[in-house]
Amino acid sequence: MKNLDQIREKYKEQYKEKIGKTRIVVGLGTCGIAAGGGKVMDAIKEIVAARGLDADIDFTSCIGMCYREPMVEIALAGAPSVIYGDIFADNVEALIESHIVNKTPLYELACFQIPGDATPYEGIDIMDKAPYYEKQIRSVTSRLGRINPESIVEYIATGGYEGIEKALQLDRMAVIEEVKKSGLRGRGGGGFSTGTKWSFVYGAQGDKKYAVCNADEGDPGAFMDRSVLEGDPHSILEGMMIAGYAIGADEGYIYCRAEYPIAIKRLNLAIAKAEEHGLLGDNILDSGFSFRIKIKAGAGAFVCGEETALLNSIEGLRGMPRVRPPYPAHKGLFGKPTVLNNVETYANVPFIIRNGADWYAAMGTEKSKGSKVFCLTGKVNNTGLIEVPMGITLRDIIFAIGGGIQNDRPFKAVQSGGPSGGCIPAEHLDTPIDYESLGEIGSMMGSGGLVCMDDTTCMVDVAKFFLNFTQLESCGKCTPCREGTKRMLEILQKICDGNGVIEDIDTLDRLCRVVTSSAMCGLGQTCANPISSTLRYFRDEYEAHIIDKRCPAGVCNALLVYTVLADKCTGCGACLRACPAGAITGEKKQPHKIDPAVCIKCGACIQKCKFDAIIKA
Amino acid sequence: MSKVTLTIDGIQITVPKGTTVLEAAQQAGIFIPTFCHDPELSRPGACRICVVDIPGARNMPASCVTEAGEGMVVYTDTPAIIEARKTNLELLLANHPEDCLTCHKNGNCRLQDYAYYYGVRPGAFTGEKHDYPIEDDNPFIVRDMNKCILCSKCIRMCEEIQGNNAIDFSFRGFSAKVGPAMGTTLSDTEISNCVFCGNCIAVCPVGALTEKAMLGKARQWEVEKVTTTCPYCGVGCQYDLNVKDGKVIGVTSTDGDVNGRALCVKGRFGYGFIHHPDRLTTPLIKKDGAFVEASWDEAIGLVASKLGAAKDTYGPDAVALLSSARVTNEENYLMNKLARAVIGTNNIDHCARL
Amino acid sequence: MTNSIGEIAEADFILAAGTNTFDAHPIIGIKIKKAVANGGTLAVIDPRLTDSAKLAQYHLQLKPGTDIALFNGLANVIIEEGLYNKQFVEERTEDFEAFKQTVAKYTPDYVSEITSVPADVIREVARGYAKAKNSTILYTMGITQHTCGTHNVFSTCNLAMLTGHIGKESSGVNPLRGQNNVQGACDMGALPVVFPAYQPVAVEANREKFAKFWNVEKMPDKPGLTVGEMIEAAGKSVKAMYILGENPVLSDPDANQVMHELKSLDFLVVQDIFLTETAQLADVVLPAASFAEKDGTFSNTERRVQLVRKAIEPIGDSKPDWEIICLVATAMGYPMSYDSPESIMNEVAKVTPSYGGISFDRLELCGLQWPCPTPDHPGTKFLHANKFVRGLGKFNPVEHIPPNEQPDAEYPMVLSTGRRRYHYHTGTMTQRTGALEVFYPEEYLEISCEDAGKLGINDGDKVKVTSRRGQVEVTAQISERVTPGLVFTSFQYPDVPINRVTNAARDPISKIPEYKVCAVKVEKVS
Repeated sequence: MKNLDQIREKYKEQYKEKIGKTRIVVGLGTCGIAAGGGKVMDAIKEIVAARGLDADIDFTSCIGMCYREPMVEIALAGAPSVIYGDIFADNVEALIESHIVNKTPLYELACFQIPGDATPYEGIDIMDKAPYYEKQIRSVTSRLGRINPESIVEYIATGGYEGIEKALQLDRMAVIEEVKKSGLRGRGGGGFSTGTKWSFVYGAQGDKKYAVCNADEGDPGAFMDRSVLEGDPHSILEGMMIAGYAIGADEGYIYCRAEYPIAIKRLNLAIAKAEEHGLLGDNILDSGFSFRIKIKAGAGAFVCGEETALLNSIEGLRGMPRVRPPYPAHKGLFGKPTVLNNVETYANVPFIIRNGADWYAAMGTEKSKGSKVFCLTGKVNNTGLIEVPMGITLRDIIFAIGGGIQNDRPFKAVQSGGPSGGCIPAEHLDTPIDYESLGEIGSMMGSGGLVCMDDTTCMVDVAKFFLNFTQLESCGKCTPCREGTKRMLEILQKICDGNGVIEDIDTLDRLCRVVTSSAMCGLGQTCANPISSTLRYFRDEYEAHIIDKRCPAGVCNALLVYTVLADKCTGCGACLRACPAGAITGEKKQPHKIDPAVCIKCGACIQKCKFDAIIKA
Repeated sequence: MSKVTLTIDGIQITVPKGTTVLEAAQQAGIFIPTFCHDPELSRPGACRICVVDIPGARNMPASCVTEAGEGMVVYTDTPAIIEARKTNLELLLANHPEDCLTCHKNGNCRLQDYAYYYGVRPGAFTGEKHDYPIEDDNPFIVRDMNKCILCSKCIRMCEEIQGNNAIDFSFRGFSAKVGPAMGTTLSDTEISNCVFCGNCIAVCPVGALTEKAMLGKARQWEVEKVTTTCPYCGVGCQYDLNVKDGKVIGVTSTDGDVNGRALCVKGRFGYGFIHHPDRLTTPLIKKDGAFVEASWDEAIGLVASKLGAAKDTYGPDAVALLSSARVTNEENYLMNKLARAVIGTNNIDHCARL
Repeated sequence: MTNSIGEIAEADFILAAGTNTFDAHPIIGIKIKKAVANGGTLAVIDPRLTDSAKLAQYHLQLKPGTDIALFNGLANVIIEEGLYNKQFVEERTEDFEAFKQTVAKYTPDYVSEITSVPADVIREVARGYAKAKNSTILYTMGITQHTCGTHNVFSTCNLAMLTGHIGKESSGVNPLRGQNNVQGACDMGALPVVFPAYQPVAVEANREKFAKFWNVEKMPDKPGLTVGEMIEAAGKSVKAMYILGENPVLSDPDANQVMHELKSLDFLVVQDIFLTETAQLADVVLPAASFAEKDGTFSNTERRVQLVRKAIEPIGDSKPDWEIICLVATAMGYPMSYDSPESIMNEVAKVTPSYGGISFDRLELCGLQWPCPTPDHPGTKFLHANKFVRGLGKFNPVEHIPPNEQPDAEYPMVLSTGRRRYHYHTGTMTQRTGALEVFYPEEYLEISCEDAGKLGINDGDKVKVTSRRGQVEVTAQISERVTPGLVFTSFQYPDVPINRVTNAARDPISKIPEYKVCAVKVEKVS
């Protein structure tokens, strides 16, 4: 069998040479681009050209600190890399002026530094010690924001394709054993042992087998997979190749949602490069193992994240779940034995094979090994992509990494697991994150979305939001999901509108029970979790809506009354002019009044009032 | 073939491996309701009305897609199962017109039957109901998607038996609906690929699909069904003539040797000629170039004497008989006998070549 | 059919020749689709791009009337490539050498010239048909309605014997019969040369048997006339006719002539459920009951005898055909009476060996496929299992014969006729259903875009189709289903009596008219 040693040495040299130069790297993941990274890149090119600076310009993907995008990394030859945040077209020149021309970091915008072999700058956190990263580990995400994701040179130079190289020298069953031993569990949320799943497909009879990657990330607030696909696409290919080799598949599909154009572009590029290098295609590295990967862009149905619906969709059928059994392991894509894992699961595999199962199993808890990538969003200070060891507490994530709740408001709940997950209240903040613990408190690991909520979030409204989502995304195949989500949503709407009756809670309870227990697929079986978890932990909020006709968080418009506090009102008339409904009356310099019968509760008056004289409750 | 023994509601039953829990229950005489299940079609396990309790299983498995296992214990009527069935029925009724009084399917409707059986009344949930226009722009099939419970039997019938793929699910969630591609109607055959076999009607458990010409003709319980052989092509499909008050009011599927429940557009919808006003109802004799009604005696007498005269005058071969590929074997046999034994000629043929 | 309808779904290779199955036999179409869904291969031989041709992996779009050349070409490849079933040919057939010699010159290239089917397609289909585990041939009128119809059928049989694809499940040579009881009418002796169960009139023992059974002195020995011959002889040697449930004025070729000849009879009695175009010419019309108003049996295309059950009383003063025939026979001095069709079947079973075991009691349970010689015989799913009826299967080498009438300068196009999905035969029934004729109210002439362009015809224009024999007007439909030079319509609309145009030239053996090819010109009606 051929090996990559020669190429690897060559590429390591090239990479070393490249990072040894003065360079400017812009974060061009979807988050970076959305924040204006493209314009920053253009500006940098112009400045460097205009000033005739000797600096390489490159791009990378998201390093995780989405709240600081656009981010730019600058390194002088032989000096540490400094990663800056909040760089825009209007401050980038000052940055270059300071760091490259004057060789002084721009301290006020520096997030952290990565010194490498160089002497660190004083006054800038080293990455590992930066508050955002201190409790994180970087394993699956180690290349994110660090390499050019479109360069196979950089992937190979950083240990890429060592996993498949090593796997191909092992017996197929030995590969599966290694994955089993690592304790890796499905990162899509199911948490099934990956090695065991592979062994089923290994043992299944079939003239052809497939390895399929589920990259149809659809949970609101989740972008783990996108970040990995955009930042380290080769790792997915390598993970799938290892799986393909282990189970005896010669073809793989990546089912990626079409809303991820950058991910698809980078995957296509990675496939082409890997093929060029003989790492995909026939007789890989002269091992006798052949493997090809195709990409199928999804058409935007959330349910296609469900594995059997995903298979249907690849086959060109309507994305609707199939009955299991037969499981995909026995009858999957085109009726053939198929292993289906999500992006993060596959991305873990090359590291496990390269570093060994023991290395991986050393991370995490007894039953949940390794690390997990989360997307921290909502009312938290530091939003972004994080990778943490299994077993870390929610408190650590939200307060240590996330920097606590915005504006120092009280924490109310965190929603994990997307539309299938539940809302976890403050009393469970010290729960360690692992598959079992999250399940016990009425939520689930899910794929990794963590949406933080403060006291201005109405939990009935949150449940309604998720039910609206699942109702629209239900495939319509089974009765409880199609009809049940509709009625649950209607009841929630009724409660939010102030028309709820106390029996509605029992009805919701019953619907949650029936839909959960009798729905056909994962979507239906979990779609009631946002209701059941909020009913469990925030029943008082439901009751306040129903009995007192009051929304404690001040969210549900129908239940709010806007009133002017006479002692604070100066009679300036700003609210009166702003009111589109003509609900406000009052003489100049006299306290104004709002007629609740006319008020449309748009909130325009509150925004205009400079004296905090208008409240809603 | 290996066998498995399981216990359903305390009744022990042994069935061949591969039998579903539903089939095993049916063999044991235990009732489990079904909407989407059809023994001839693939099993989507979708309607969830057949869920059962199998201790140890995750959630409530649908019995129609759960294979009976050795030593398996199944309960079909625990409070949780009954609650799930009733709730799912209530959910279906909440989005179903309450017009059983005038619905053609009244008396032969599964939704109605199960609602009755489980004591479910409409009104458990109030809220939005579909308000689709009724599709009746063709002379054969009326589709009232307001009554559809999305069991998908029609889709599977069309795909798996008929092979036309005219209809499928479209839209998602509460808006999910069965119909042809592009939101068109069946009559747009260039897009729908529908051939109006009506086989979808044969499997519809509710009143969503009906034969247009049968609407308002008879209540389900007034119909006498007479199984017979289709009078059109040579395939010999079996079907049921639906008779009320001595009139054929429609054709419905039976289980034919050749065709099963499948029929074609002619067989299912081409019976109208039976009572067409053009039917000949009395013998006619042409007098001075015009037909005049005659008695049977007169007509038969004239035929016998004219055929007899030709035979007597010119010999038997001056008479020729055309029998018919459309009448029965018995009648063809008699024509053959009439030619050869009575008239004495072999001049008998029929339209086999046309 | 040698085999059963259900077996088609299990076939690995289906060679469907001259059959617009999805329109004319929709339920058999279902079985074909099932076979394809199961992974089977479908090859369709048809000059038109029918729906089944669209589904087929191979569409052999041959020039009309070149079937023999094509079948010989398939056989040529199979022999040339050593793909034929040597054991079957040796043990079960005779005259193989003569056949081999005949097809030797039908090389794919030569056949391609005649048929315009690409040589490679001929090779691939030949290999597919020969190599498949179970291959079946289906055909209908596209094969038979030619002046070489019988030879066309020979050529299909030759192919089946060559490969041994006969006498086992999901194989065989399967004509799909177009009418509900055309099989039964043949079985019951409604043919000019045979008694029931194809017992030849020419055999004296048969005549004696029937004379004795029917209690008459003797049976006529002179072969009778076929439909076409009867009509040609009308007014000449044939003076009186009794027509039961047939409509030759619309269904027979050269219809103007048919009408003329029927009018010249001394006496015509027509027995039908409607006053058909033919009945209008009659001296006496006898009103018959429809299938819904009587008991009896039909025999379908797979030889399955099935019950017809009375659902309602006869309409008006009409009577079931069997009762009327009895009245006529009795009035002619031969007392004939039965208490029910069941009694007639009991008599049939006594003199019809293949129906010997058939009774209404058994049919109540399920249909029975003949041969079913004894009351305990289960019926026969497929024929020729171990032995052909005549012993060894005989290869009948046949040569390509061009159609009787070829296009020429005056009549430059070929007209082919057939059937539509929504109608049946001459439309007597299907034009009166309140549904079918509503959805499909008008007949049209399929014409290629190229020809329409040349003739200045737009979709929906009225055109005149003229042949040496007559003309009709019809609406043009520009269609991808026909190739340039070919036009197609059905004979199912009284408004478009296309048989005034068709050619009455007949196959010399079977006497079938050449409906599939005649020369016409098409003009726009201004």
